[in-house]
Amino acid sequence: MKNGKEFTLACPIPISQYPQVMLAHGGGGKLMHQLIEQMFVPAFHNSLLGVRHDGATLNVGGAKLAFTTDSYVVRPLFFPGGDIGTLAINGTVNDLAMCGARPLYLSAGFILEEGLEMETLWRVIQSMREAADAAGVQLVTGDTKVVDKGKGDGIFINTAGVGIIEHELTIAPASVQSGDAILISGDLGRHGIAIMAKREGLEFESEIESDCAPLAGLVAQLLGAGLEIHCLRDLTRGGLASALVEIAEAARVNVHVEERFIPVREDVRGACEILGFDPLYLANEGRFVLFIPASQTDAALRVLTAHQFGEGACVVGKVAAAPQAIVTMKSRIGGNRIVDMFSGEQLPRIC
Amino acid sequence: MKFVDEYRDAIAAKQFVEAIARVTTKEWTIMEICGGQTHAIVKFGIDELLPKNITLVHGPGCPVCVTPIELIDKAIEIASRPDVIFCSFGDMLRVPGSQKDLFLVKAAGGDVRIVYSPLDCLKIARENPAKEIVFFAVGFETTAPANAMAVYQAYAQGIKNFSILVSHVLVPPAMEAILSSPLTRVQGFLAAGHVCTIMGYTEYEPIAAKYQVPIVVTGFEPLDILQGVYMCIRQLEEERAEVENQYARSVRKTGNEPAQQIIREVFRIVPRKWRGVGEIAESGLGMQEKYQAYDAEQKFGVASYTAEEPSECISGLIMQGVKKPNECSAFGTRCTPENPLGAPMVSNEGACAAYFRYRRVELMATQAEV
Repeated sequence: MKNGKEFTLACPIPISQYPQVMLAHGGGGKLMHQLIEQMFVPAFHNSLLGVRHDGATLNVGGAKLAFTTDSYVVRPLFFPGGDIGTLAINGTVNDLAMCGARPLYLSAGFILEEGLEMETLWRVIQSMREAADAAGVQLVTGDTKVVDKGKGDGIFINTAGVGIIEHELTIAPASVQSGDAILISGDLGRHGIAIMAKREGLEFESEIESDCAPLAGLVAQLLGAGLEIHCLRDLTRGGLASALVEIAEAARVNVHVEERFIPVREDVRGACEILGFDPLYLANEGRFVLFIPASQTDAALRVLTAHQFGEGACVVGKVAAAPQAIVTMKSRIGGNRIVDMFSGEQLPRIC
Repeated sequence: MKFVDEYRDAIAAKQFVEAIARVTTKEWTIMEICGGQTHAIVKFGIDELLPKNITLVHGPGCPVCVTPIELIDKAIEIASRPDVIFCSFGDMLRVPGSQKDLFLVKAAGGDVRIVYSPLDCLKIARENPAKEIVFFAVGFETTAPANAMAVYQAYAQGIKNFSILVSHVLVPPAMEAILSSPLTRVQGFLAAGHVCTIMGYTEYEPIAAKYQVPIVVTGFEPLDILQGVYMCIRQLEEERAEVENQYARSVRKTGNEPAQQIIREVFRIVPRKWRGVGEIAESGLGMQEKYQAYDAEQKFGVASYTAEEPSECISGLIMQGVKKPNECSAFGTRCTPENPLGAPMVSNEGACAAYFRYRRVELMATQAEV
């Protein structure tokens, strides 16, 4: 060493579990997963919750129903391609669709911040009405609370939804099998980049619009085509990577994807390169992953690509039986690596 | 994507791998300096594609990993004050100090903000005249020009409520420290392309000559790294020890002179402590006398802080290339991104995080063929 000292090969103190809730606990990655597994599941455990799906599947009076809830805290409230209102409707509609259900009824809970412009609220409500009409659902009950100025972000919305399951399939992570093909319904990452660009004032050559869309119609067409769907999952926070890891763990299989097959629009890839983000982890609001027997791949692609919300659908990988429930990916240049959940949220790189 | 896809081309990569295999006759160990290169190597599986007799080891080039624990403690102390808006690049927020990290300060009510450029802090300072705005100025020669520019502009514009907590480190002294260590096994370097974009590579020439090691200035895309490895191996096989520039599309020999000028205007060379490694003489940047008023350590009276780094993990060995992350007994068990023993497991550019995220060897070994 230049100063004549030996290296002291020490390291920082361990940090253990966080004693407080962190933003990353809501980021859709490993910390959120841990929070759910270590706190909510043990406290509320029952066989329906144990399925780890986007919603619960209920048998009520001979009918098979799907039931789900989600909360929306997006900032900014309005962004290219949508707003908090469209998200609140489409997000819950999509969760029901991922259970293979036909969405029917939604509730909406509004938490409004004192001082919010009435005009802003009205715009959001109009968006919700239009989104509900487009998705074929009715908003049948709701609630409103107002919090002190500074205690909210303008508007928080919670929606819950009920849908009906009109087929005999068990669409759930546990149904995924060795030999399944893995399809995604379109390009990835547009919602995440659209929100970030708007929030942080980042300007790219062209404006990137969110992919926010209702997916129930497309799922209904897949079901109508008689496909043996094993699992569906919409790719929201945590992106494709987190969804695949959750499914691989639930089904105890090896999910293998190839980077070259995964569609990411050039402008989104460019933004990711600048920021140091991996599009695999970016949020989407109109994309889903589909697991079906490999023999039905062509039939599924025909249905998907004929629909406006599945135009860019493609096969990205397959499922293998494996001693380890992991996700692996073959890189563009041919090397293999593991795909894992993020521990927190993606953060822009330093240099 | 123009100028990206060309450097990730599978056919060209295969050709480079074959070329490397043809010229390699002995066992060689090469260190990539930069954490960004480490991540590219494991993310794209480059190390898997190389001949078995080439070992890539990971260097100290992660700005988060090398920031000493006492500086994190200073940042936490300043960020916890009610009159402070503490700004940082996002990656620093989850690095553990002695007791906690900046995310916990934020969760406890501290005004901690992620910024994309230190110049954003000047706008925040103008908009919040009653607050003190502090920027955590970490990184190598790469981030120093923008950080220096923020101070320079604050001075020129008479902005008084802004300061920076300086933790800049310099690459060449670290390379010399590694080569001087009796533990070293490094026979050649892939120098960090972004650092050289700023500084050029003349300062590497005396190092290559003194220690008889080839140094290849290398970029970050898969083909950059493969070509850098090829150039380095060729030098080793031919018993040459020169500085070569693989990253010529970005790096000039003399670097970016205006950027160097602003660094010299605001900063001066000082001794600097490296996390897990210890103090290295002339290895960091501190504030020039003229800009002392913008030095957060002085402004907030935290200059005398010290903190001992515990010895449970081997990050110092990993950052010198003596060990690989998966050779650590705690890797993936007692040390994970959720419960890290050291910064390299939490940083986006940390070698341990890269191995954990992309290359848990024990899992890969048992993975079924697909």
